[in-house]
Amino acid sequence: MQPTCHAFKENAHAALNDATLQRAISKLGFQAARAAAVARLPEFEALRDRGRDIKNHVLENLDFYLERFEAKVRERGGEVHWCRTPAEAREAVLAICRGVGARTVTKGKSMIGEEIAINDYLAANGITPIETDFGEYIIQLRHEPPSHIIAPAIHLTKDQVSDTFLESHRQYGKTRRLAEPGEMLAEAREILREKFIAADVGITGANFLVAETGSSFIVTNEGNGDLTQTLTKAHIVLATPEKLVPTLEDATTLLRLLARSATGQEMSVYTTMSTGPRRPDDLDGPAAYHVVILDNGRTALLGTEFQDILRCIKCAACLNHCPVYNTIGGHAYGWVYPGPMGSVLTPAILGVEEAGDLPNATTLCGRCESVCPMRIPLPKMLRHWREREYEKGLSPPRYRAGLRVWAWFAKRPGLYHLAARFGMSVLGALGRRKGRFHRLPFAGGWTSGRDMPAPEGPTFHALWAARGDGAGA
Amino acid sequence: MSAREDMLAQMRRALGRGVLDEAKKAELEARLAAHPRNLVPKRAQLDHPAQVELFIEMAERAAATTVRVASLAEVPTAVAEFLAAQNLPAAIRLAPDPGLQAMPWRDRPLLKVETGIAQPGDRASVSPAFAGVAETGTLMMVSGPTSPTTLNFLPENHIVVLRADQIVGPFEDAWDRLRAARRGADFPRAINFITGPSRSADIEQQLVMGAHGPRRLHIILVAEDSNAQAKA
Repeated sequence: MQPTCHAFKENAHAALNDATLQRAISKLGFQAARAAAVARLPEFEALRDRGRDIKNHVLENLDFYLERFEAKVRERGGEVHWCRTPAEAREAVLAICRGVGARTVTKGKSMIGEEIAINDYLAANGITPIETDFGEYIIQLRHEPPSHIIAPAIHLTKDQVSDTFLESHRQYGKTRRLAEPGEMLAEAREILREKFIAADVGITGANFLVAETGSSFIVTNEGNGDLTQTLTKAHIVLATPEKLVPTLEDATTLLRLLARSATGQEMSVYTTMSTGPRRPDDLDGPAAYHVVILDNGRTALLGTEFQDILRCIKCAACLNHCPVYNTIGGHAYGWVYPGPMGSVLTPAILGVEEAGDLPNATTLCGRCESVCPMRIPLPKMLRHWREREYEKGLSPPRYRAGLRVWAWFAKRPGLYHLAARFGMSVLGALGRRKGRFHRLPFAGGWTSGRDMPAPEGPTFHALWAARGDGAGA
Repeated sequence: MSAREDMLAQMRRALGRGVLDEAKKAELEARLAAHPRNLVPKRAQLDHPAQVELFIEMAERAAATTVRVASLAEVPTAVAEFLAAQNLPAAIRLAPDPGLQAMPWRDRPLLKVETGIAQPGDRASVSPAFAGVAETGTLMMVSGPTSPTTLNFLPENHIVVLRADQIVGPFEDAWDRLRAARRGADFPRAINFITGPSRSADIEQQLVMGAHGPRRLHIILVAEDSNAQAKA
């Protein structure tokens, strides 16, 4: 998809004024579900440490584990395709599809699929892609991108889905308007069942790749990823290098974190480990197994201040706990990955020129880091992107000038305190009558949405010094 | 340079080193071979009777239904009773598993039993579990000639036969049982960990059961741990 991260401000304004979107995202229940699941497992915090350590170990030895994984996949009769760019990954997928004469392809949910826009590419080459995750199916019918990495249609109300089904399912003789999610799911299930059976290739993502066995893991609640890979001639796994874990025990540790952080389940309904194509005496399963490993800028983050984002297991806890995400939804971020993890990853993939607004669209409140199962220091990395943006001279001139003025004072503490005292007393005197300001020079953007309270006394520094109890030591 | 070589070179450059030396490689290979356990939650470390109780509790919390029978001979009756209680036709697709096929299906002459992979019209399947993980009430299903994967996903009703002695505490024990059963031979193509029936909450977070997989998951828990040949 064409990114619109550069238009973040316009996107966010539109999202705030979209009453339907606001209704849809006003009642998300992810936070309470996660909290309850975490409370049921006393070892959760210790597991987060283990999870972080496992992924750090993998990243330090990524070349070794990738080669080991590839060797095991080959041993089991599968194939690994190394792809530097989305274009190479699309070519690899198309070549596999053409190799088995594919006409239709079913798809489980894959964020890498979104990243490389595989659906458009297959369609342009005469192959029909069919999303089978219920949420992905809905947004495919609506020609929309996902707005959440695990709940792609979370921006829609059931009335909108009902309208979409009425319009799109007429071709199957379905003309009744459905009112409830249960009816809609039943109708989609019936239609998609035929598609599963007719499809030639199944594409899924991967939650983990296991070096020990050459296996891929997917985690779903619907079972669509399993029908996708079991009923077709070839199973294609779309993954990235940092999905690797060494052993089944390591995958198990991450699984204990994943569902609890994501939906608050103890386990998702289906956790499936796939190892190679069907065996000679198997009665079902795909005849071919391919793993497409896309880099797209990820390995360039190794050894940088952004390396830690490669620990991400795409659970969406940071989205679910982000006050900004919960206010504007996912589409405003303008590309595939929204929320805090997206605001770190997107500039790394698309460049800070395109996506520089995203690391600024945060209050750095720190809730994302406090819930991240992999203990990724997201606020720190958002600040690193702001630094990069400043270094590249991309931030607005007024912002840069303001920072320069502030820095000049900050480096001269005596002058800084004097200026602060002077500023506070002037503002305090001017605002004494009303106690607040409707408008302030140079801060029109800030005061357009709220009032600035007038200072009522001495500065913070003065108060702190007056306490004199050494509490600041 | 091929994409493969290019990507590996890029990783090594970024990590500030060349190819790992032999000593380091040996160390990593040793870790893979030893596959050490990480932290195993206390919840999973129970004696066996408590594991069985926990398995049932967690499976039911995930919306599976369970029934306990005393012996394998009682399985056909339990299957027939489940189908009748759900108003389903008395017909099943049975996994081609010797242990399951040896059960006294003739005791239920009205139950139509067909064997093989799932067909689009099948309403109910019966398949054998490899293990049950008490920690989360999860079934471990292993693909193979006696346990085709389609039985786990295509029919609306999935009935799983699990012996009490197949229940383990944590996932780590289930992996060890699988490794022991395979003795270094090929792993199965698919391992399906199943925790409750299929569901979706993609519209307004309203939970609806039966998305693409089974609407109902029924676990028949067999008390006896005889039947050595079924242990595979």
